[in-house]
Amino acid sequence: MDAISFWILATILVLASVLVVGQRNPMHSVFLLILSFAALAGLYILLGAPFAAMIQVIVYVGAIMVLFLFVVMLLNAPTEEATSGDRIRRMFGAGPRHFGAVLSAVFAVELALALIRLASMPMPSADRGAPVATVYDIGLRLFHDYGFAFEATSVLILVAMVGAIVLARREAR
Amino acid sequence: MLFGISRELIVHLVIIGVVFFALQITAAVLVYMERKVAAVIQERYGPYLVGPKGLMQPLADILKLIMKEELRPKGADVVLFYAAPILSATAAFAAFAVIPFGADTTFFGFLDSPIHLAAADVNVGLLVIFAISSMGVYGVVLAGWASNSKYSLLGGLRSSAQMISYELAYGLSFAAVILLAGSLSLRGIVDLQDGYWFGVIPRWYLFLQPFGFLIYLIAGVAETNRAPFDFPEAEQELVAGYHTEYSSMSFALFFLAEYVNMATVAAVATDLFLGGWHGPFPLPAGFEWIWFLVKVFAILFFYIWMRWTLPRYRYDQLMEFGWKWLLPAAVLNLLVTAGAVIYMGW
Repeated sequence: MDAISFWILATILVLASVLVVGQRNPMHSVFLLILSFAALAGLYILLGAPFAAMIQVIVYVGAIMVLFLFVVMLLNAPTEEATSGDRIRRMFGAGPRHFGAVLSAVFAVELALALIRLASMPMPSADRGAPVATVYDIGLRLFHDYGFAFEATSVLILVAMVGAIVLARREAR
Repeated sequence: MLFGISRELIVHLVIIGVVFFALQITAAVLVYMERKVAAVIQERYGPYLVGPKGLMQPLADILKLIMKEELRPKGADVVLFYAAPILSATAAFAAFAVIPFGADTTFFGFLDSPIHLAAADVNVGLLVIFAISSMGVYGVVLAGWASNSKYSLLGGLRSSAQMISYELAYGLSFAAVILLAGSLSLRGIVDLQDGYWFGVIPRWYLFLQPFGFLIYLIAGVAETNRAPFDFPEAEQELVAGYHTEYSSMSFALFFLAEYVNMATVAAVATDLFLGGWHGPFPLPAGFEWIWFLVKVFAILFFYIWMRWTLPRYRYDQLMEFGWKWLLPAAVLNLLVTAGAVIYMGW
């Protein structure tokens, strides 16, 4: 049962993630991304972490993607035009894209190395009786053990927010 | 055991079926109730032709909707246009799945051990409801965008802005109850509200959280897009808002989703603040869910009453109220509750 659920969710996740990049219509990309987030939440449930799953849905699907949607709708992003043969030339022509290609190559190598190491590592046993992380435990860890890091992160986010408002604000006079 | 199927499984399937159909019937009853209550408030008769006292009116409405032609505007995004109502209705029904609606029961000895009365018993139930209700907004936004109509788009945008703004106050009013109960499980929260203070007053969180309840009710109305917060479908300005271009069963799904969402908001309020199935006096074992039903319909009646009494706010007033009054009030309520829990041991 778990295995079947895993494969279904994993297939949805991978397919949706791949399709996000391939869409011409930004609106479709947004919804495929939501689908992949939802599938990821399903995987968290399979891993025995219902709290993480629900937070994933509330934060990413419920809040962040709504903002994405807002931006796409308000800017009325046009559908990308289908380009002919020079598409590939454009992709490798521009400097930033060159950089992007190198970056993704590095990332691919890293991922491959990680997978190779993972194969030689002992996997945690799929023991369903193991205690799951409760909300209580997570709260204690977050606000007690890692209290400083947590607060520092929130200050960082606050700074980013204030900065965004300052940059975006039009002068009154 | 019967053909290898345990009695528990049968009961679970029956409960899921009952919840599913009860929600649809509730929606039909609500449509009738809405029209009748509106008629009483406005000194009219309301529906009275179809069936005795017009009771068959919802059925006639459904038949009419099924018979209608399914229209799709030119230039609409085909996939998203049809996905939107499905998403709306699915989210509405899914949220109700985790709501417990009655005490543990053996169904009068049918089962060996008592089971929980809920379609799905989840120990992070409140988070599930919050997560799914935050998904409901996509149905509305999607409908607004995919219809390729300016009225729909404006309705969809307004609705998403409204739902995001009021979701915060909505969530914070949950949080105060979670603090008091120390549990995210709806069943656990209801069980803590069993018993009486001084032998008469039921131990409902309503009495510990009067402001929380008020904030919840207001935010709940805004979340379900009902008057006086029904901007997404402000008729005078936007024709019908996000579902302007929908007809036939796609429209019916939006309609159904709206009423099921109302029922969910009322049911959560009942479980969180009004003691769920614990009433002022106990009912015989196996019939506790009647209290639940009574309370849910009392809240639903209140919502309908409100819709036909209060005029719609202006859009800037809505945003100002949500961010400058409701949200600070909810934060304050949470802080005071946290203080009471720590220092007074509530």
